[in-house]
Parts: sequence; C-alpha cells; structure tokens
Amino acid sequence: MAITQPTLTPEAAAPRRNWQLPVLLGPAAFWLFWFFLVPLVVILIYSFLTRSATGGVDWIFTFDNYARLLSDPIYVTILWRSVWIGGVATLICLLIAYPLALFIILQPAQWRSFYIFLVLIPFWTNMLVRTYAWMTILNNNGLINSFVTGLGGPRLTLINTEGAVLLGLVYGQLPFMVLPLYAAMDRFDFRMMEAASDLGANKWRAFLRVMLPMTAPGIAAGSVLVFILSAGNYIIPALLGGNKVTMIGNQLELWFRTAQNQPLGSAAAVLLMIMMVGGVIIYFRTTTEDDR
Amino acid sequence: MAEETLVRPLPQAAARPAQRNRWGERALQINAFFAYFFLYAPIAILVIFSFSNSSFAGVWGGFTFDWYIRLFQNARLMEALRNSVYVALISTTLATMIGTLVALGMERFRFKGRTSLDAVLYLPIVIPDIVMAVMLLLFFSTALQLINGMFGTAMRMNLTTVIIAHVAFNISFVAVVVRASLKSFDWRMEEAAQDLGANEWATFRRITLPLILPGIVGGALLGFTLSLDDYVIAAFTTGPGFSTLPIEVFSRVRRSITPEINAISTIMLLASVLLVVASQIFQSRQHR
Repeated sequence: MAITQPTLTPEAAAPRRNWQLPVLLGPAAFWLFWFFLVPLVVILIYSFLTRSATGGVDWIFTFDNYARLLSDPIYVTILWRSVWIGGVATLICLLIAYPLALFIILQPAQWRSFYIFLVLIPFWTNMLVRTYAWMTILNNNGLINSFVTGLGGPRLTLINTEGAVLLGLVYGQLPFMVLPLYAAMDRFDFRMMEAASDLGANKWRAFLRVMLPMTAPGIAAGSVLVFILSAGNYIIPALLGGNKVTMIGNQLELWFRTAQNQPLGSAAAVLLMIMMVGGVIIYFRTTTEDDR
Repeated sequence: MAEETLVRPLPQAAARPAQRNRWGERALQINAFFAYFFLYAPIAILVIFSFSNSSFAGVWGGFTFDWYIRLFQNARLMEALRNSVYVALISTTLATMIGTLVALGMERFRFKGRTSLDAVLYLPIVIPDIVMAVMLLLFFSTALQLINGMFGTAMRMNLTTVIIAHVAFNISFVAVVVRASLKSFDWRMEEAAQDLGANEWATFRRITLPLILPGIVGGALLGFTLSLDDYVIAAFTTGPGFSTLPIEVFSRVRRSITPEINAISTIMLLASVLLVVASQIFQSRQHR
C-alpha cells in the first residue's frame, strides 16, 4: 500500500494553472451558494421574524421563536422524544451491528463479500418501501393481527406506537451502522488479539482492551450517522407512528405545510441543524483522517 | 486447500482451530442469523403478498399477477414513474459532472478557503433531509414570489425545482465517492504524461479520467438511487400536479394498504437490487 501512495504533495507534483481552480470549483461553488447557502441564510432570517395574522411573516425581529421552542412543554416533549428515540435506536443498532460486523469479518474472504452484499441490498433499498413492509405486518388488519385474531385472540395495537417507530428506525438504519463498523474492523490487525493473548489476556479482556478501542472510530462514525438519520427522520414516524408519535421531522412538516408558522418552523430547523452539525464536529475533532 | 490455509489473510489468524472460542463463535452466528432474518423477512413478506389475490395486504387469497397488470394500466403511476426517471437522470448527470470537478479541485490543490468549501460540501450530507426540504421550500417560494412580483410572471414550483434540489445534495455525495477514489491516485502519473508531451486535456482524458472512472460511476449510481428514492425533499420542492413515484406511493400508503402498493414496492425493490449488482460488478472490475 505504502508504495503506491503518492509521496509528493499534489502541489509539488504539478504547478497549478490560473484557469484550473475556477473551472474545477466554480460550478459546485455556484450551485451550493445559490441552492444551499442562500436558503440557509433565508431560513436563519425567518427564524427571527414574527408570524403575521394571515400566516405570512412580519418583519419584526424577535427571539420569541427560540424561546417558545425551548419552553413550551409541547415542543420540548417533541424535541426530547426525537432525541431519546434516536438515541435508543442508535444503541440497539450498535448492539446488533457490532457482532454482525465481527461475524462477517471472521468469514473466509469469498463469503465475506457475500455477507456484505446482503447488507448492501437493504442499504440501497428505498426507505419508504422498507417502512411500508412493516406497515403491512403491524397494521390493525396486518399480518400479525390477522394471525392473532384468526386464533381467536384480541386485536393488538401495534402500529402508531413508540415501539413501532423504534422498530422501524432500527430496521431502517441497521445497514448504516454495519458498514462503518465493518470498515473499521477491516483496518484492525487481528494479530494484535493474538499478541494480547500471548501476553496473558483472555479473549474477553483482549476484546475490551485492544479491539474495542481500536474500532472505536467505526463505532463513532456509525453512531453519529444513525443518530442523525433517526432523530431527524420524517418517513418512519409518519408511517409507523401516525399522528400518535410526533417527532421533530413531522412537526416541521406541520409548521411549514399545514399550520403556516414558518418562523417557528425555521427556528426548529435551525436548532435541529445546530444539534446535528455539533455532533459531527465532535466526531471530526475526536477522530483523525485515517480513522475515517 | 492446505496451502490456502497457510496464506489466508489476517483475520483468520484469530480463529485458528487451536484457539477457537466455540461459545463466542456460536453467539456470533446466532446474532448474524437473527440480524439477516430481521433484515429480510419483512421484504420477503412484502414481495409474497404482492402476488396475493385479496384486497387486504395481510390476507393470502391465492396467487395472481393482477396487481402488476393494474400498475401498468394506471396512468397516474406511470406518469409519476416517468417524472422520477426524468428527475433522476438529469439531476444525476449534472451532479456527477459538478461533483467530479469539485472532487478533483479539492484533492489536487491546496488553496485559500479550501477548509470552508470542504465544510459546505459536507453539510448537505450531514443535515437531515427534512431540514434541507423546508429550507429549499422557503427559499423557492420566497424567490419565486420575488421574481413573479418583479417581472409579472407566474412561475411555480415544478419538476425543475426538484431537479435543482436533487443536484444540490447529490453534488456532495458524488464528490465524497470520487474523492475517496482519488485518495489512492498517484498524481505523479499526470506529471509523467506531461513530461511525455501530453497537454492538460490529453492527460485528463487519457490518464486521470480512465483511472478514476470507477469512482465516478460509483458516485453516479449512488446519486441516481438517492434521487429516485427521495420522498421528503421532492415532496417539499415540487408543485401541485407534479408527482414523483415516491410522492405518489407515500400518499397511497397513508390512505390504505393494498397489494397494489406491494407490487409497486416490489418493482422499486428490484430496481435497487439491480443498481447494487451494477455497482458491485463495476467495483470488482476496478480491482482486477
């Protein structure tokens, strides 16, 4: 590996021409400026404005939107629910995915790619389709209920519960946890486990003291990814939680489409963004480029 | 086989028969079995019931192809499918070109503002899609209001605004994939080509492009899938009368659960599987 890696810095390898940077970076800079940064500024401005009586906005500067989000029990509950459901989903994913990735990496090479392929298919499959699959199972006339009532049992309330949302999130995000963990274990030199046992550590101790710390970047990457995808999810709580389990993503839709409270919605979007970006910054600060 | 065991790659070293931890291995196997069962059972059920001759999705009523035939006769769904493919093709083409260029610039040169651009490139991946969706909804509605007020036009959100939005997030995904493939690219090869008399364009076309092509195709396939699958951003950035397939499916799912939706889902599933197989084949070619 070391031989094929360039030893010279790119700059030293070839001088840069004047036209090169604008041609390479110009189109992306243009697109991201107009269709990402400007919208970002727009939503930031809206988050400090006041909702008018007609559902539009008045240009009155205020901090009220943020204050309301963080003090009104309705919104605090929704924010808190998003965080804890997202957190629990992340934890469950980790507990399933770590041993799964370990199982895959210990297989002979030809089988390893097959097992990874089995993880990649759900990874690439539409989230809407995968969530719908659970609807057909958990619904009031779904598979489980038609089975239970067929045996003379009572109709169970499975869908539109926090449990259903949690299940859907774990199901949806599991592949996103497995892949970074697998990548981290792929970089881990398993001879170190032997070294640890030669030095007298038992398997469990070798795992806790050597393998777990060495694969921690993968755990961090997978957890950050799954938490963001879960806490900010819209589709899964909308379909498996109905109107019963509102998470922040669903509340955002309500503010922007139905309730026409754009300033409050903007403030919530900004808050959510800060939370997510904060998590990612912590992740980038605590890992090096090689870990990723 | 005996020879092969000797030169086996490193991970197997941990599982040498002498040291094999039977309980641990069995536990890993059981976990893997349940994990794969968990991942695939719902999908299998979904596919099976798309052939059920019953109007309830949870009841088996005998085998039929009817639901698939009905799909292809449904003009609304077919139009939504055409819209989805149209949006995905155009947004992927644009995002692949723009994303590849910016990846080359970022990996090739050190320049002022590189760190900031790096951060902006990562943001669309990091923030939840619902946030990106409401952000663009607010932007498009405000911008169109301004433009219509200034020029007396009556422009509204339609598939073009969806394409613009999809390009905005796909540039980042393409750039990440292409940059990963550039990490192992030896820039001295460009220098060598130029020493041998090639100009910049010839160097790019004959040396750089062929070598990073697997990365570009990988990025394009990912972008195409993301665009085709996206519900949230498309739903917020389109206007009335312009549905993509996920938008159409989502609104049906909310109303009722029928084997017809199982049939659409099965077809979408099949499309994803084909895309994974395509990307896997392409990657194995790269390593050969």
